[in-house]
Amino acid sequence: MDLTLKIWRQKDSNAKGQMVDYKVTDISEHMSFLEMMDVLNEQLVNTGEEPVAFDHDCREGICGMCSMYINGEAHGPDRGITTCQLHMRMFKDGDTITIEPFRAAAFPVIKDLIVDRMAFERIQQAGGYISVNTSGNTQDANAIPISKHAADEAMDAATCIGCGACVATCKNSSAMLFVGAKVSQYALLPQGQVEAADRVKNMVAQMDLEGFGNCTNTGACEVECPKGISLDNIARMNRELMKANI
Amino acid sequence: MALDSKVPEGPIKDKWTNYKNHIDLVNPANKRNIDIIVVGTGLAGGSAAATLAELGYNVKAFAYQDSPRRAHSIAAQGGINAAKNYQGDGDSTYRLFYDTVKGGDYRSREANVYRLAEVSANIIDQCVAQGVPFARDYGGLLDNRSFGGVLVSRTFYAKGQTGQQLLLGAYSAMNRQIARGKIEMFNRHEMLDVVKVDGKARGIIARDLITGEIERHSAHAVVIATGGYGNVYFLSTNAMGSNATAAWKIHKKGAYFANPCYTQIHPTCIPRSGDYQSKLTLMSESLRNDGRIWVPKNMDDVLAIREGRKKPTDLSEEERDYYLERRYPAFGNLVPRDVASRAAKERCDAGYGVNATGEAVYLDFASAIDRYGREQAKIQNISNPSNEKVYELGKAIVEAKYGNLFQMYEKIVDENPYETPMMIYPATHYTMGGVWVDYNLMTTVPGLYCIGEANFSDHGANRLGASALMQGLADGYFVLPYTIGDYLSDDIRTGKIPTDTKEFDEVEKEVKDRIDFFVNNKGTKSVDYFHKKLGKVMWDKVGMARNEKGLKEAMVEIKAIREEFWKEVKVPGSANEMNTELEKAGRVADFLELGELFAKDALVREESCGGHFREESVELDGEQKGEAKRNDKDFAFVSAWEYKGEPADAVLHKEELEFKDIELKQRSYK
Repeated sequence: MDLTLKIWRQKDSNAKGQMVDYKVTDISEHMSFLEMMDVLNEQLVNTGEEPVAFDHDCREGICGMCSMYINGEAHGPDRGITTCQLHMRMFKDGDTITIEPFRAAAFPVIKDLIVDRMAFERIQQAGGYISVNTSGNTQDANAIPISKHAADEAMDAATCIGCGACVATCKNSSAMLFVGAKVSQYALLPQGQVEAADRVKNMVAQMDLEGFGNCTNTGACEVECPKGISLDNIARMNRELMKANI
Repeated sequence: MALDSKVPEGPIKDKWTNYKNHIDLVNPANKRNIDIIVVGTGLAGGSAAATLAELGYNVKAFAYQDSPRRAHSIAAQGGINAAKNYQGDGDSTYRLFYDTVKGGDYRSREANVYRLAEVSANIIDQCVAQGVPFARDYGGLLDNRSFGGVLVSRTFYAKGQTGQQLLLGAYSAMNRQIARGKIEMFNRHEMLDVVKVDGKARGIIARDLITGEIERHSAHAVVIATGGYGNVYFLSTNAMGSNATAAWKIHKKGAYFANPCYTQIHPTCIPRSGDYQSKLTLMSESLRNDGRIWVPKNMDDVLAIREGRKKPTDLSEEERDYYLERRYPAFGNLVPRDVASRAAKERCDAGYGVNATGEAVYLDFASAIDRYGREQAKIQNISNPSNEKVYELGKAIVEAKYGNLFQMYEKIVDENPYETPMMIYPATHYTMGGVWVDYNLMTTVPGLYCIGEANFSDHGANRLGASALMQGLADGYFVLPYTIGDYLSDDIRTGKIPTDTKEFDEVEKEVKDRIDFFVNNKGTKSVDYFHKKLGKVMWDKVGMARNEKGLKEAMVEIKAIREEFWKEVKVPGSANEMNTELEKAGRVADFLELGELFAKDALVREESCGGHFREESVELDGEQKGEAKRNDKDFAFVSAWEYKGEPADAVLHKEELEFKDIELKQRSYK
């Protein structure tokens, strides 16, 4: 199929960006979206133009690196996937596709479609861990029994890949699904209890400091989340925060 | 230089304990004055950085991604082995050690593997303490599953995302140390060379991938943990950015490179669909616990399926060739990866491949769905369940076990694997070769360490499932933190290593010259053009099956591609900005050298071992007729290559492998 791409080009974080039109031809419906981008970039390199910079790596939907905003949706049309798992069979011959970086004040553009998600790192560093020494002198793993239900629920929360689609898709640019997922994982496990109050307070404080907005329960984040992280995690985070503040 | 593996004396079960009891330690107050650079922050690098910081050293960690959480360890699916014997099925440290040495086709170092098995149980305890949500049974205890090449259930898992959860565990431990100021994290940085002072590794030259700035970083020791080089094939299951640069650059600065030809071909990948393909996707090997692998028995059916006249589900049991169950009755679908991969290639080469390219076999879950469905019906007291009910109950079980994998397959192939068998084909996955290290995990350059997939020591010629995560974490959490202290105990009075020295000047100039060459070369062809060309030679002539003629041709062809690359490569953009093409150019330049050494190593190894089938070395008769033939008399050694300029001129050093605790014998999975 032949397509028109409207892509955000921006030389660096200080430059002014703009949408630029490109044509690609002979796109197979079996290609992934990123393979289609590879075709475009090969074309650009061959004509001596700078290829479009975009973040990508594992191309298996797990590293959380890819971050395109396609036709007004984080990771594009189709549910429960990252951009690398989006396939061209979702598009039709002659389509015009708009491709932008994730948009949020806390995610400044580095170049073209690449944004800086360091704010997520700083939130994790504010408390997204269990303070255990990495010496290996820990108790036997089966000495901490965990109900299957709790383990499964913690796993569901822990499945978050930190891609930032929740932020990009939220009208408030809220990071609460991301933070809620991490808070939930540890809140559900016995290992995380000792420092639970400090964890949630510190992570939420850092989240606010980074300039993410608040949650107004619109639920767009859950819809767009490639890993199906549930809004329940935001509710749990709020409960944990309330508990911590009492 | 003679290779000294520094394996401690004494019985194998006491080596590690005795070693730890006798090494020199660094006083906590002195650790504060010692800097360590860790390059790569996946399972090995992340766990090492966190632990070294925990011990009190100052750590500088480097990742080419925006976050350590993106390291390709995250994509490991199936699980991690540990000799816990929670299942009471006869597991032990010795048995894990034995399985790993045998699975590696007796080409790994016994003492390292024993140590790995010994610390394996500790890894699980550590990760659980960190909050890694491993699967649990209804009693609240840890659940296990079985993997290829073993007869016990020792694999711990977190759905099909074990690598992700273990990496996030190490990452959280790192975050704790970053918050404490003990790790200085350099995201979006790439190491481009190592700096030696008086023969010792004392720093690195790195490029800030956002600004393009070239930076000098010094330390008392440097640790390389940058993973494998499977992308030398262009198509592999590795992440797009996985590269060999750090490992290759230290090789050029004196670190020997061991067994480059040992690459694991993983049997259960989604087949290639076209020339535009950028990478291959792995389906966890755990699927072979329940999936049965087959191709049609009759060529007529193969053609009918390829032409769409028949569906795989139209074929009866009798019309299918479950070739693994037929050839290897004891292990069946759970034979090790090398055996399963070769058997798939054998059937496809014989013309029985089931997709358009002829490079696919079926992985079928119909029997499992039926079996689980009937079991569930019994449990739920449903007498005479209908076929639909059995299917529904069975599907729910299969979905609970492998749901995310099935979903991933459906997204890529656009077929529902519950309804129709999956198609799979072998693909390059993990590299067992890597930088040569001694028992301390130190390379042939003093103060330069190499851990995880980037080194060579533990997996031999083939890696068993669920053992890569184990090695990465064992090296990072439990081995390196001890062994590096022994070396650093001599450095407590050294003081800060200055970076304004001629050694740093020289290496920085080399790095800058190379970058300047790329951005100024007015070539005509893209970096990917050369990478794909290299990949094709590698797969066709240095892939799963090799022969002398093909390997010699490959060496000549790779050299020619390299020469063309340096004349014709084109890199748009400049050096002083984010430039993804420039990053790729440097990496492909290294692959073009490594690929040739890879072929040279394969040429020297005139035996079949692991996943490496040397066509001239095959069993001619007996029970093993047609199987790969290993030659212990002449090839029970590690080939460690010393750099001498052109890859073809590399000099071979042999580390003879001694097997004192395990008898060398033919692997049989019959």
